[in-house]
Amino acid sequence: MVDITPADGIPPAEVAEVELYHPHSWWTKYVFSQDAKVIAIQYSATATGIGLVALVLSWLMRLQLGFPGTFDFITPEAYYQFITMHGMIMVIYLLTALFLGGFGNYLIPLMVGARDMVFPYVNMLSYWIYLLAVLVLVSSFFAPGGPTGAGWTLYPPQAIMSGTPGGQDWGIILMLSSLILFIIGFTMGGLNYVVTVLQGRTRGMTMMRLPLTVWGIFTATVMALLAFPALFVACVMMLLDRALGTSFFMPAISEMGEQLQHNGGSPILFQHLFWFFGHPEVYIVALPAFGIVSDLISTHARKNIFGYRMMVWAIVGIGALSFVVWAHHMYVSGMDPYFGFFFATTTLIIAVPTAIKVYNWVLTLWRGDIHLTIPMLFALAFIVTFVNGGLTGLFLGNVVVDVPLSDTMFVVAHFHMVMGVAPILVVFGAIYHWYPKVTGRMLDEMLGRFHFWVTFLGAYLIFFPMHYLGLMGVPRRYAELTDMTIMTESAHHLNSFISIMAFIVGFAQMVFLFNLIWSIRHGREAGGNPWRATTLEWQTPHTPPTHGNFGKDLPIVYRWAYDYSVPGAKEDFIPQNMPGSFGPSREPA
Amino acid sequence: MAVALVLVLVVVGSVLFHLLSPWWWTPIASNWSYIDNTIIITFWITGVVFAAVVLFMAYCVFRFRHRDGNRAAYEPENKRLESWLTIVTAVGVTALLVPGLFVWSRFVNVPSDATDVEVVGQQWQWSFRLPGKDGKLGTSDTRDVTADNPLGVIASDPNGQDDVVVEAADLHLPVGKPVKMLLRSIDVLHDFYVPEFRAKMDMIPGSVTYFWFTPTKTGTFQVLCAELCGQGHPLMHGVVMVDTQQDYLAWLGQQQTFAQLSAPQQTGSADQAPGKTTASGLKIAAKLETVGSR
Repeated sequence: MVDITPADGIPPAEVAEVELYHPHSWWTKYVFSQDAKVIAIQYSATATGIGLVALVLSWLMRLQLGFPGTFDFITPEAYYQFITMHGMIMVIYLLTALFLGGFGNYLIPLMVGARDMVFPYVNMLSYWIYLLAVLVLVSSFFAPGGPTGAGWTLYPPQAIMSGTPGGQDWGIILMLSSLILFIIGFTMGGLNYVVTVLQGRTRGMTMMRLPLTVWGIFTATVMALLAFPALFVACVMMLLDRALGTSFFMPAISEMGEQLQHNGGSPILFQHLFWFFGHPEVYIVALPAFGIVSDLISTHARKNIFGYRMMVWAIVGIGALSFVVWAHHMYVSGMDPYFGFFFATTTLIIAVPTAIKVYNWVLTLWRGDIHLTIPMLFALAFIVTFVNGGLTGLFLGNVVVDVPLSDTMFVVAHFHMVMGVAPILVVFGAIYHWYPKVTGRMLDEMLGRFHFWVTFLGAYLIFFPMHYLGLMGVPRRYAELTDMTIMTESAHHLNSFISIMAFIVGFAQMVFLFNLIWSIRHGREAGGNPWRATTLEWQTPHTPPTHGNFGKDLPIVYRWAYDYSVPGAKEDFIPQNMPGSFGPSREPA
Repeated sequence: MAVALVLVLVVVGSVLFHLLSPWWWTPIASNWSYIDNTIIITFWITGVVFAAVVLFMAYCVFRFRHRDGNRAAYEPENKRLESWLTIVTAVGVTALLVPGLFVWSRFVNVPSDATDVEVVGQQWQWSFRLPGKDGKLGTSDTRDVTADNPLGVIASDPNGQDDVVVEAADLHLPVGKPVKMLLRSIDVLHDFYVPEFRAKMDMIPGSVTYFWFTPTKTGTFQVLCAELCGQGHPLMHGVVMVDTQQDYLAWLGQQQTFAQLSAPQQTGSADQAPGKTTASGLKIAAKLETVGSR
């Protein structure tokens, strides 16, 4: 294929290939590696490791909620430390790092037909700074006073006051420092992903031929580059308030009968900065999941993704809109209530492109040839949980409906369903899908199916009933649910049930981890393209791909990523780098 | 086959759970049944969409599952269908938004006959202040908070002298009269939340926030703090008693004004105030102290 002269419409290469950095030792090959694929594995392994800490923390808090008063060591102080670290780890250090640092690094160069990221050295630095951020975060567990217990939103004034665990100890300082490091590291990686997509694409790979995975990760990265600076300044200002006694977020305060030396700051300013980052953050996690799941569905249903152009514009539209909805997290924050009209409107408008994506996923299934492989099962489960969690967003986004429900378990159930369970199901689907490319072997099918069913149904049973506790009025972030007149005996039983399900689902993840490790040596050999997929990462001469990805010559792209079951073609898929025509092109251009 | 069946069961199970489970909102005790109605509309629209999408998916999985010799259709786009779906979605979203914004405009516009009631949050207790005979609350400042002046009422403001101060005790409200809750905090964020009233709002040190409602049922209701405010957060309960007008006036008559409380050599400290059932914040702090040192 490498000798074929470029067909019509394929421009000649403008820039000659650059020599890659070649590692000279084991250290530079596997540890301080500049190969995006190695960096991807490093990101993924670190994110998984810290994610396991978050899983254990969720068990501990469910012990307290499901069986109140049984476990003495879970003091209110400890409980708040658990929820804070659980939330922060899951949102930032696991999901963001895994989708962008993990999947982004592995898939972007391969899928756009590049040898590596455009700035490999900065890419390597990005990982090491991320690792440092994780270590600083972990160190807070061992610091005097323990980690911060301010809630993952870190709202001042309480975040830096003595009534909150870690507020006047090391906890909050380490938390803020870790976030600052994370953002620095992410910015290095993020610039790389954006430039690689814009400048590193191989010949023939137009933007409108990119797989949706790349579109999702690309748009999410652009958003992250715009959103994280807001969190960055918020962290710096709070660090100054805490360490130097400035008053960015601290008004005059009388704490336990004592006047603090602060005056004139605005607690609500922090909330605006936090959510200016925090809402796009939801989509920073969701958009890569949207992109990946589109490719999983298309590949395993052997059918082109339905409405590709609409899918691309929906991703871009959601990304843009998500910057003007942030204050829907603040309807009852005490901000000017007239903001509610604006933010409720923008928030509900965002439901339209999101709904289009859902329609196009299910319409891709229509008249497909659906192989119920494990990646497909996870994709289907994603649609169920995402639709469920997205629809409860219509409750919370509609300002007046949010009033009784905000700060209750309804919110916890909603965001876990939509940005916890749904994206993580995509992560699992993606791992079952790409593991054969990364290792050359398939994950075990039996263990995989067990993992799928327990995770999907278990997670649904955890979070679906939880909405009704919130409807009842049970507040979130309550370390003790005692002496509450609204809570019936049966509501406590429901909490115990949820806790038991949480343990079962957590256990299933151990089976998954075992599968990941066991299959590296014992899995069935996969070959280069076990799913018979069209995109470039499956067309590499070696599996796993070697440094430089594509052998001597880069592939040339002749078609979009979704030529499945093309009428007239012998096979039910045509790789993107396959030249030739099969009747009049139906590729959307 | 099994997968399609499970998807159907997820829908059926979710609907049955919604209809049959005992977990539902508390009986409403305020005028905000509008909010409940909006929630019901939202449940209907979202429920129909959820069932439709998942059942359609289940049908596809059943009907188009892989069998030997099957081949998928090739249809990259269908502009007509995509436009129709967009329009239908936009209509559905509008049907949710319009009633929502209509009720919100009621929520933010306080009726002119509403009485002011101040709620002051601090770690981890609730205090209240009612305007005296002049109908006006005196101004306040966190920097004026002392042991004798726990709410930080500015002593030089004549409007504040006759204010009724209810420190760390129950609040009473007359039934059927709209009240504007003026919310303050002297330390961290709190949130005044009574599930039966459906309304809540954060309290921010340095600001006065508000919401309004009309209690429609007499009885005793629990106040829950709904914004994380430190370790004592889950214990920051309070009590609102909605009384008949007669009972309310009787209770009001027993309360002390700011002027009485700040008079020199006053002996009746707030600790002996009648009707005191709220655990005081300092007691909660002490309890946490002992738990923490275990």
